[in-house]
Amino acid sequence: MGRRTPLYDTHIRHGARMVDFAGWDMPLHYGSQLIEHRCVREQAGLFDVSHMTTVDVNGSGARDFLRRLLANDVARLTTPGAALYSAMLNEKGGVIDDLIVYALADDSYRLVLNCATHERVLPWITRQASGQRVKVREQTDGAIIAVQGPAALVAMQGAFGEAAAPLASLASFSSIRMDDWLVARTGYTGEDGFEIMLPAAAAEDCWRALVAQGVRPAGLAARDTLRLEAGLNLHSHEMDEDVTPLEANMAWTLAWDPDTRHFIGRTALEELRQRGGYLTLAGLVMTKPGVLRAGQLVRVAGSPKVGVITSGTYSPTLGHAIALARIPDIGAREAVVDIRGRPAPVRVVRPPFVRHGKKVYN
Amino acid sequence: MVDTPKELGYRETHEWVRNEGDGTVTVGITDYAQDSLGDIVYVELPELGDELDLGQEAGVVESVKAASDVFAPLTGTVIAINEALEDTPEIINASPYGDGWFYRLRIADPAELDDLLDAQAYLEVVEEEQDSDA
Repeated sequence: MGRRTPLYDTHIRHGARMVDFAGWDMPLHYGSQLIEHRCVREQAGLFDVSHMTTVDVNGSGARDFLRRLLANDVARLTTPGAALYSAMLNEKGGVIDDLIVYALADDSYRLVLNCATHERVLPWITRQASGQRVKVREQTDGAIIAVQGPAALVAMQGAFGEAAAPLASLASFSSIRMDDWLVARTGYTGEDGFEIMLPAAAAEDCWRALVAQGVRPAGLAARDTLRLEAGLNLHSHEMDEDVTPLEANMAWTLAWDPDTRHFIGRTALEELRQRGGYLTLAGLVMTKPGVLRAGQLVRVAGSPKVGVITSGTYSPTLGHAIALARIPDIGAREAVVDIRGRPAPVRVVRPPFVRHGKKVYN
Repeated sequence: MVDTPKELGYRETHEWVRNEGDGTVTVGITDYAQDSLGDIVYVELPELGDELDLGQEAGVVESVKAASDVFAPLTGTVIAINEALEDTPEIINASPYGDGWFYRLRIADPAELDDLLDAQAYLEVVEEEQDSDA
């Protein structure tokens, strides 16, 4: 038996197909991942993401500590509630994890990290914090519920009434307190939506209130096709400890200025950037029947280097295969994927593929 | 739970076989197979006239989640394929033993019919797989 979130019994009652995910029993789907996917694109879906790692960083040294720990710069978080997406790098510039950091108050931050990286991330942060004026504490008694889709705001207002009134004007990548909940306008689907961090004891009531508004429970399977359509990276697929942000379409998350800020991995990244010649992450589109899969090899005319698909799937919104792939950066518009020994021509595009329910690549 | 009609024969690789009694059989994938794969979005079938050997790869089923090979459950010649699967592969999820059939074979060796699994034996295969997954 794996670890269970506070919503485990709720998932079973909803008829979830449960699956092991990095040691957790999580819902894969509740009948059809395609229906759940469509529901998020057209209305709203509900995800239990309580398995994600939550770490609070407090203390007078918290800001300086995070400015060294993270490749993006928490100095950009100038108001309480503001949030930032960042990579956390090793000295080689490899991505130990990607995360969202929330500024809760002066000297007080919250990191939400991946679940699958938990065993390596916690020791890393703790080691980096030693001797600093910070307290690092993992939060294990909470739940995280994501409500995602064009109807997410209306559902939140319907479920929580007056308390949800401030949500309408909540900017993307910012958060507010609703009593002892932290509600952020963030997500992993390419749609509008909210992520609610709340005490475990309140999780089931929150879930029910949203279901009562017509929000449909959606599992990890739909979460994966949604994030891939949205061109969002998944750690251990698009990047890992041997892959830098430059090779994972994450250059936009690197805060180079000021150049006096020495975040971990900076030196290695500067060298790589100088040297060039590395593979970069691109989108692939195949409109003929078939499905692109992680691990399939990709060749582009004009380069002897071989690329590889990092994530591939059938796109429910577009009705054909899409993939993220690390390929030679020579501006190719076409590539050939080896599908079980057969060459399949594909187009090379710039992700994302879908945003707000619509095709967005060219 | 898992639907395994008694009148069909099965292979451990999750194909079912219906003996039509005229030297031909109809072939598909089982309810357990479609349920494990989840939403099916693409099927590669053999071609009309293909000569298949027992156990030979005879197509691919792709769900959103994964790709899975389909093997010939008997030796024979492909005499019909279910063309509806090309545009509406989801009928395999809805009706694995009915509208979601894959192809028909004229069998070369009727003796091979004898070593198909019956429903009970196939269910044991499924239960073993489920135990090893758990």
